[in-house]
Amino acid sequence: MFETFSYITLQQYWWIIVSLLAALFVFLMFVQGGQTLLYTLGKTEDQRTVLVNLLGRKWELTFTTLVTFGGAFFASFPLFYSTSFGGAYWVWTLILLAFVVQAVSYEYRTKKDNFLGQKTYEALLFVNGLLGTILVGTAVATFFTGSQFSVNKLNLTVLTGDQMPIISVWKGSAYGLEAALNVLNLSLGLAVFFLSRVLAILYFINRISDSEIILRSRKHLLYNAIPFVVFFLVFVISIMLSDGFAVNPIDNNVFMEPYKYLHNLLAMPLVAILFVVGVLLVLGGIILPLVKFEKFQSTGIWLAGIGTVLTVFMLLLLAGFNNTAFYPSEYDLQSSLTIQNSSSSLYTLTVMSYVSLLVPFVLAYIWYVWKSIDNKKIDIAELKSESHVY
Amino acid sequence: MENVDFSLVNWSRAQFALTAMYHYLFVPLTLGLSFIVAFMETLYVRTGNQEWKRITKFWMSLFGINFAIGVATGLILEFEFGTNWSNYSWFVGDIFGAPLAIEGIMAFFMESTFIAVMFFGWNKVSKGFHLTSTWLVAIGSNLSALWILVANAWMQNPVGMEFNPDTARNEMANFWEVLLSDVAINKFLHTVLSAYVLSSVFVIGVSAWFIIKNREYLFAKKSIRVAAVFGLLASFLTVATGDGSARNMAKYQPMKFAAMENLYDGQQNAPLAVIGLLKKNKEELDPRKEDFVFKIEIPNMLSYMAYLDPNAYVPGIHDLVKGNTEHNIISYQERIDKGSVAIKSLADYTNAKKSGNDSLAQVSLTNFKANYAHFGYGYYANRDMNELIPNVPLVFYSFRIMVGLGMHFILLFMVVLYLTRKDKMLSNKVVLYTALWSIPLAYIASELGWVVAEVGRQPWVIQDILPTIAAVSQVNSGSVQLTFWLFFVIFTGLLIAEIKIMTAQIRKGPDELKQTEINHV
Repeated sequence: MFETFSYITLQQYWWIIVSLLAALFVFLMFVQGGQTLLYTLGKTEDQRTVLVNLLGRKWELTFTTLVTFGGAFFASFPLFYSTSFGGAYWVWTLILLAFVVQAVSYEYRTKKDNFLGQKTYEALLFVNGLLGTILVGTAVATFFTGSQFSVNKLNLTVLTGDQMPIISVWKGSAYGLEAALNVLNLSLGLAVFFLSRVLAILYFINRISDSEIILRSRKHLLYNAIPFVVFFLVFVISIMLSDGFAVNPIDNNVFMEPYKYLHNLLAMPLVAILFVVGVLLVLGGIILPLVKFEKFQSTGIWLAGIGTVLTVFMLLLLAGFNNTAFYPSEYDLQSSLTIQNSSSSLYTLTVMSYVSLLVPFVLAYIWYVWKSIDNKKIDIAELKSESHVY
Repeated sequence: MENVDFSLVNWSRAQFALTAMYHYLFVPLTLGLSFIVAFMETLYVRTGNQEWKRITKFWMSLFGINFAIGVATGLILEFEFGTNWSNYSWFVGDIFGAPLAIEGIMAFFMESTFIAVMFFGWNKVSKGFHLTSTWLVAIGSNLSALWILVANAWMQNPVGMEFNPDTARNEMANFWEVLLSDVAINKFLHTVLSAYVLSSVFVIGVSAWFIIKNREYLFAKKSIRVAAVFGLLASFLTVATGDGSARNMAKYQPMKFAAMENLYDGQQNAPLAVIGLLKKNKEELDPRKEDFVFKIEIPNMLSYMAYLDPNAYVPGIHDLVKGNTEHNIISYQERIDKGSVAIKSLADYTNAKKSGNDSLAQVSLTNFKANYAHFGYGYYANRDMNELIPNVPLVFYSFRIMVGLGMHFILLFMVVLYLTRKDKMLSNKVVLYTALWSIPLAYIASELGWVVAEVGRQPWVIQDILPTIAAVSQVNSGSVQLTFWLFFVIFTGLLIAEIKIMTAQIRKGPDELKQTEINHV
């Protein structure tokens, strides 16, 4: 069936899949957000144990989504993988480091003889939550603000001179760290950070029965929601009003177009509608539990979660569709990556599209499994009866 | 090429090797212990015997400690293809990316979802559901091994692809050829089977410790039985697939094979040096009569191992470098020349196309295609040819130690199986201590297997097509050096923590586990 699809259709299909995975990942980073709230919301050891265990049962889902996102991006748009990871070296490496320390911290935190001590593992969880979210947000922001690199496939044939035979070359010596210093990038980074905390709080009040934690959570929901909304709006409004990286569909020339992302929004009404719906759902998920807690305490995470997925999903479609360069180079506009010039071959995309048919099946068993083991609220009494506790 | 930043290439290699070797400290136990735990739980469900449940839960707790750190190091490995090997990621990403993505979609989610049931589902789902989940974790983790090993095998023997000069990369032409290549199948089987051997040695060693300490005899005996049967079966199959690996190597990577055997001058009826002490010689390419200080040989064995024919000719390092007309081997110099033509023709083709010169483009393309098989050698024009020879002693010794240890494990499995059947395990202190000290040996054997596979193929990232010097990312070497040390400190810290926690958990023993359960349920 996929054999009948055109190359551009498959490229778009894969951009949709990669964007959806990224969107799911941003939502699942509520685990990271929660890790930065352990001492804010948990005042006793027991309370922190409840929080850690609640998050600990989900870290793998987030982590696996990140790994799968990486693999899917590699398989479908390898030029992005080589240009961005190999160029923005420090940003990606720091993200990786932040994630490496996470996995073990849950498993080792309260174990006997754990070498680094419980406090260190908790600190590592905090670092993962802080750096992981901010840097991922910053990296995604460069899809709109651009980076400094050049791509020249002819470099592969360079055998002499002072240049190595390397196709993608990053400019400057900060290797991506410069992106974290850009105010606009950083505002998306901080928006993601505060969003992850908001989502974590909503998740906690959905799943925890401890009234003290709930009380504190309600307070901190507001404290985190405000900076999230501010940073998010700063970013979205700025990119809507700024020039964007447009591609001429006839000669593939990349040029700066004023209000490009706003134009994209208007040119793709469905994307625009879903984007607005997503933002409204996130806001609703935050505001409803704030004003009518008893009625909406369980629905907040659902609304805000679905809203987050929709919003990020649509933002990434804005970056890649409608003749737009999704990974633009400010240094050399013509080196900018588009979904056409950076994708895998027709054959590989076709093969991978068949593999993608497994995704609904995977989602179904994840849903079924978690429904069977996560069916009631969690408290310290339940944890004490468990044989596997973080 | 004067322009290669060697310090960058070497630090990038060091970082990748560091990550891979740390990753592989955790992976084999996950691959094998997941099955061992599944066998044990199956025995529990079928017999209803609580003792089997206790055994299952104990080994499962060790599985959990080991699992997280394997996942963490694996993430780094996946992304390092991009961060440190950017040219590689484009040059073969069209083929290499697919198995990584399939691994995520097909295997990782299965593993991570059902592991939750394994650990948190004991009191929440039915026995059958729990057992199925345990099996799915084992299958999931082994499936993930399949896909990453398919990817690795493809680098050793690139098949099912075609170079597209317009995109300057290799593109997949046949997915099934990539998945089902003989190297891929053999590599997968050899790797996972050796992981089962390691896991069995681990279970037996830990159980032996309990017996030494006069604790949990029945528990230990039952665990040893399951592990010894599993380990013995896996060992025989590891030998068989190892044999297949050697033949594949002789066929597709003759230089690796010659290096592994320290064979400088090719010969018919080549003997296999079972044990040998190599001569130190800096001038690798100088002809020498004797490469060994000392060796014990089996006549004709090497020829048989490589080609299933005791009379077969096995080319040596000199033959491969200098060529051998009698055996139709072209010299490296010739390959370098052809590779240079391929690289230049690719440039000519691209430029001719840009300027609209179709006839020149056509000629260049023909030239390119005729010489593409030697593409990677072109990067060695005006370079020292010794760079095309891997580190012979490292590969030679690693291979022998790995095989020797493999034989030791077979013997160990047989002896403990016999002793537990006769119920004589308790009294035999030598066997008990040997079993205990075999645990680190199993890890050494596993790591050395990868040393043979990966050091042996140097300098090729993709055999004959892309060398490390043309695969690397252009970052300054100071950055890579810094991240190397960051990773080193973090991995080492986590490893120490893992070993300490594991040891503490073992000391606690299965009994402790039962007590907490009794207290809380």
